[in-house]
Amino acid sequence: MSARKISFVLNRRPQETEIDDSVLLLDFLRDRGLTGAKPSCEMEVCGSCTILIDGLPFSACTTLAVEVEGRTVETIEGVARNGELHPIQEAFVERFAMQCGFCTPGMVLTAKALLESNPDPSRDDILHWMEGNICRCTGYESIVEAILSAAAKAGTGDG
Amino acid sequence: MDNKPQIVGRSIPRVDGVAKVTGAAKFAIDLSVPGMVFGAVVRSERAHAEIIDIDTRSAEQSPGVVRIITGRDLDNVVPYFGHIVLDHPILAIERTLYYGEPIALVIARSQQAATHAASQVEVEYRELPYVTDALEALKDDAPILHPQRGEVVRDLGFDAGEEGGSGNICSLASLDWGNVDSGFAAADLVIEGEFRYPMLYGYAMEPYNALAVSGEDGLTVYTTTQHPYMVRKDLARILSLPFAKVRVVVPYVGGGYGTKSYSKIEPLAAVAAQLTGLPVKVVLGVEESIHTTRSDSAIVRARSGYTAQGLLVARAFEIVLNSGAYTDNSPQVGQKAVNTCFGPYRTPALSVRMRSVFTNTVPASSLRGFGTPQGTFAGELQMDEAAERLGIDPVELRKRNLVGPGEEVIPGKRALEANLPEDLELLSKSVDWPDPGEGRASGLGLSASDSGAYPSSTALVRIHADGSASALVGATEMGQGSRTVLAQIAAQELALPMELVTIVSSDTGIGPFEQTTGASRTTTVVGRSLQAACQDARRQLRALAAEVHEVAVESVQDAPGGVLVDGTWRSFAEVIQGWFGAGGEVIGTGAIRRSGDFAETPVFWEIGAAGVIVSVDRDTGEVSVEKLATIGDVGFAINPAMVHGQDAGAALMGLGAALHEELVYEGEMLTNPNLVDYRVPRFEDLPREMDQMLVERQDGVGPYGSKGAGEGGGNAIGAAIASAIARLLGVRPRELPLTSERVWRLLQDGRIPREADDDLS
Repeated sequence: MSARKISFVLNRRPQETEIDDSVLLLDFLRDRGLTGAKPSCEMEVCGSCTILIDGLPFSACTTLAVEVEGRTVETIEGVARNGELHPIQEAFVERFAMQCGFCTPGMVLTAKALLESNPDPSRDDILHWMEGNICRCTGYESIVEAILSAAAKAGTGDG
Repeated sequence: MDNKPQIVGRSIPRVDGVAKVTGAAKFAIDLSVPGMVFGAVVRSERAHAEIIDIDTRSAEQSPGVVRIITGRDLDNVVPYFGHIVLDHPILAIERTLYYGEPIALVIARSQQAATHAASQVEVEYRELPYVTDALEALKDDAPILHPQRGEVVRDLGFDAGEEGGSGNICSLASLDWGNVDSGFAAADLVIEGEFRYPMLYGYAMEPYNALAVSGEDGLTVYTTTQHPYMVRKDLARILSLPFAKVRVVVPYVGGGYGTKSYSKIEPLAAVAAQLTGLPVKVVLGVEESIHTTRSDSAIVRARSGYTAQGLLVARAFEIVLNSGAYTDNSPQVGQKAVNTCFGPYRTPALSVRMRSVFTNTVPASSLRGFGTPQGTFAGELQMDEAAERLGIDPVELRKRNLVGPGEEVIPGKRALEANLPEDLELLSKSVDWPDPGEGRASGLGLSASDSGAYPSSTALVRIHADGSASALVGATEMGQGSRTVLAQIAAQELALPMELVTIVSSDTGIGPFEQTTGASRTTTVVGRSLQAACQDARRQLRALAAEVHEVAVESVQDAPGGVLVDGTWRSFAEVIQGWFGAGGEVIGTGAIRRSGDFAETPVFWEIGAAGVIVSVDRDTGEVSVEKLATIGDVGFAINPAMVHGQDAGAALMGLGAALHEELVYEGEMLTNPNLVDYRVPRFEDLPREMDQMLVERQDGVGPYGSKGAGEGGGNAIGAAIASAIARLLGVRPRELPLTSERVWRLLQDGRIPREADDDLS
């Protein structure tokens, strides 16, 4: 085990920190109070620990903290700005797209990345893109509807 | 509801919605306290063995280790827990009964240190013969798991079969009426079959975890449980503490579905905190969670007799549950399977026998619908088979037998509230019965399950000096939306805007008692105790206003957010401040017990009505669900969008059990204790069309005529899918899950001719 100094951007703020090589990004974030990313399957299957690295979804449970050197990390805590929900978050609330809420941070981030890469996804695009995020409560339909609704609003300039 | 603002009956956004989309919502797994240490569990690597020695010397030298606890350290506590039978050791004592059972807890300064040291604990075993199959466990020469039985405590207050018995029998239950022998003798058609329902893992995404803090005021445990008061009872018994010294706090729960009913890891965390004097956090991984609780798998032998006109004359069921190493909730799961397997049909003669069986496997307990999906699978598939054999349409056959509104499902129990013939009509239309088109088939299933659990509930409502209100309840918010629904009820009763009402829940040190959060009971039972608390607060406010304004109490009336004193509106704040002079508040209390509307059980009959349209790829056996329809027969939907969500979620969970999910034992261990090999439904499994219908006849005993939801949507899915596949392929599945391989094999064994390949045309 050895420590190394890394610098990266976390939720729009530059960070410099010394971190052990073996520390998982998920533990690194949660130990700093960013508990929105959740541990669950521990093997990159469920998506509850999803964070965005350079805008794309990654599983923090299988990413080492040192791997984010020089990159931009966004967690759920960074999505709402100045107390204002992101349109995806608004759509999740409006469409009842969460129940227990444990998977929700990962869902919101994965959906945000989808709309940034494809602002007008079809239903099938959504099913395919979101395949890496599991929800046991909702039955998924309300989440699909929330993403479609957020995309539609952005498309008409309401977002 | 007079001139009150109409808050119930509307899809008001969830009160926890913003907290959940921003990551602000805290779950037990997110909590920490200063100075806390971490536990890592050492688990059995044998299915059945005497524990000869546990060598902790090397682990104790590992950096950061504080203490290691084994079964030998439990001398000063009651070392067993369980709400029906005290047979579940906190750590294995002298003998281990299943692969993966906790044997020791390593406590260290960090999780990594604890996990590392746990791998260095050496356990020496003397292996004993083991049995993982329920039918094998019933044989005379099977190894006996519990030669000495635990003390029976029966904290349920509810029918749950008879625990105990000889050999490996965990519990027995039966239900009989009429004469089945003469019934079958007189029948024009008797069909028989054996049906198998799989062993499932509920996979609540937040794994089992608990943080225990022992201090001057007693013990505080933060945990992800559904039933904080049940956990309190276990912990108080274990540590010989009065209830007042045990505080169980439940923040947001990351999924429950029954899997977080009763105590799981809390006793171990509590004992560790007691023994070390330090705050101890124990977080299980997903593989460990799978080795903590799973559902009872079932083998159901069923026999049903009909007249030529399709009327049931007799039914007989023999149910064997594989209940794992300890009792947990299996007696109640078994009782519920008994009460539901024959369906909501008029059955002149019935005989049901249930045996719940100990095996050297993960202990089984509740999972959404507990017992109902297992029995319904058998009962409903026989209704289908009978229809085919008698040449009667399966929907028509069901209609001829359905119990009508106001009729008894089980003699002596509450009569059925629901109108099932109407529900069935809606359902069959939704799935284009009988012909959904070329290459497709419809299937449907019905069930009525005895829900609501034991009706024991209390609630408090505090009307503050500024006129806002806090409602205190023991109901756990696990995603079903209890905080929102209960806030709607309180806001409705007090005629306050939602923004002025807060729900404080699931803290045994602060809030009032609640029996459980399970069996779809919260809206119905807690809703009523909260309503009563609001009415009590209202009564007190009228009395205070009369005193302040020196009028007879009869001249004070309820009004939105206040009272009318001789026609003049006075706010709650004005009344409270007027009476106290400064500060003050009014506290209303409510209680529900088995009396009045709740004298009869079940509290309500939860309707499961599910229909599907499926297609099958005959080359691969892969089943596609084109449409999945359910009926939420909920009396009155206090929040329709959330009822919709409960039904959709239950339906998809049922679909997982029907098509993919099954824990598989090979030898003494599970072959698939992880989320890659145990496959739960994902986005791409979402049926092309979902239709969650809502039926509101205001026929429940809950507030405004409501009754529960949450389990019904999933109870009949397995039966509906198997039924559709049978109609499509002409081969009758009798076992779930209907994986591609299983359907492909059915096609081969059933000698179904393959369709001509496209390229030949």
